[in-house]
Amino acid sequence: KTLTMTAVGAGYDLSPTTYSPDGRVFQIEYAQKAVESSGTSIGIRCIDGVVVGSEKAMPTKLMLQSTNRRIWIVDMHTGMATSGLTADARRIADEARYESENYRDFYGHQVPGRILGDRLARFVHSYTLVGWLRPFGAATLLASYDDTNGPELHSIQVDGTLLRYFATAVGKNRQAAQTDLEQIDFKTITCREAVNKVAEIIYKHHDDIKDKNFVLELGWACDESGRKFQQVPADIAN
Amino acid sequence: AGSSENGKQHTLDPIVTGASVLGVKYTGGVMLMADTLGSYGSLARFCDVERIRQVNDTTIVACSGEYSDLQYIDDLLHTLVVEDYAEDDGASLNPEEIFHYLSRVMYNRRSKVNPLWNQAIVAGFADGKPFLGYTDLYGSTFEDNLLATGFGQYLAMPLMRKAVEENEGKMSADEAKALLEESMRVLFYRDGRTINKFQTAN
Repeated sequence: KTLTMTAVGAGYDLSPTTYSPDGRVFQIEYAQKAVESSGTSIGIRCIDGVVVGSEKAMPTKLMLQSTNRRIWIVDMHTGMATSGLTADARRIADEARYESENYRDFYGHQVPGRILGDRLARFVHSYTLVGWLRPFGAATLLASYDDTNGPELHSIQVDGTLLRYFATAVGKNRQAAQTDLEQIDFKTITCREAVNKVAEIIYKHHDDIKDKNFVLELGWACDESGRKFQQVPADIAN
Repeated sequence: AGSSENGKQHTLDPIVTGASVLGVKYTGGVMLMADTLGSYGSLARFCDVERIRQVNDTTIVACSGEYSDLQYIDDLLHTLVVEDYAEDDGASLNPEEIFHYLSRVMYNRRSKVNPLWNQAIVAGFADGKPFLGYTDLYGSTFEDNLLATGFGQYLAMPLMRKAVEENEGKMSADEAKALLEESMRVLFYRDGRTINKFQTAN
């Protein structure tokens, strides 16, 4: 289902190595569409950790609720939530795991979130530079909690941009979610509160009529958990 | 070490070494004990060395022999554990699997004539069953109710066997601890590369 308001690529959209006359790379924009038509993912950095949540569409009741994961554990202290093509996201998660392991083997210390984010961003970006590869159709919210920098939330976009956030969202209801996230007082919010907030925002903007049924996936790395792990079901308020 | 005219050489002499490790199964678990000395030849150089390492929730590993190889083994097993953790499927490696993996690594290294100069004990408790296994720089493997490495094999095993025999393998944790402590005492008296400070894990 294509968006009707898109400018027509008209021959400049066949490869990421081609600019359009107005300076756009259409392949990257198309990849962004893949993310935007996928369920929302939200991340919030709290005073005691990071929380991420993802709206995982369940197209059929035949599917197990736990499958088609959108939240990936990368290392003991790091994880990521993704929106977009799940298979592409899996590749990014694997790369994150590899880089994390590699950093530890080399430096003997867990990889700081910003360094892992940097490596992932470079990795994703490299797929926008060559004609025989397509950009990843998945955006990543990298949640980390390490000794050096504390809790951090990074977002890696489809074009390879790396940004560090207090809170952000990617996917379908990104803008509405970000408006809600602006209301948060980041100096005081705790992970427990953020869990409720993430769930609240996702449920609020999910259109029960237009959108499919969904499962809310949550993950956090906080003082309470000491690392990245899947949310305990009892904690989910909604 | 070795002259460069012979091409690549591998180190075949351990430098910083650990002494014996003792392990025993008891009712409801398994216990390991090792002293905390890192010897530098005959010098008792590093007196606070942890030779028993936790791998994951169900398994611990302890080594005699080259300490740097123990550190390497610890890192290697940690990588396995992180992979398990990231998979997040409710399954994790049990002691037997970790033991098997380690023994394969040891055997492969010996086959390249570049061994990890250790005698290792892998111990754990999973699915209600205690596990105790031994592997070494040759890649040999043994599993038993009581095991020891180094001098412990000669000095402590007879003591341990006698105690277990009398108890018919139904020792309690306290009895296991007392037995291991007594064995460590004997080792301290007679093994010249030990100190009277040790680490216990179960």
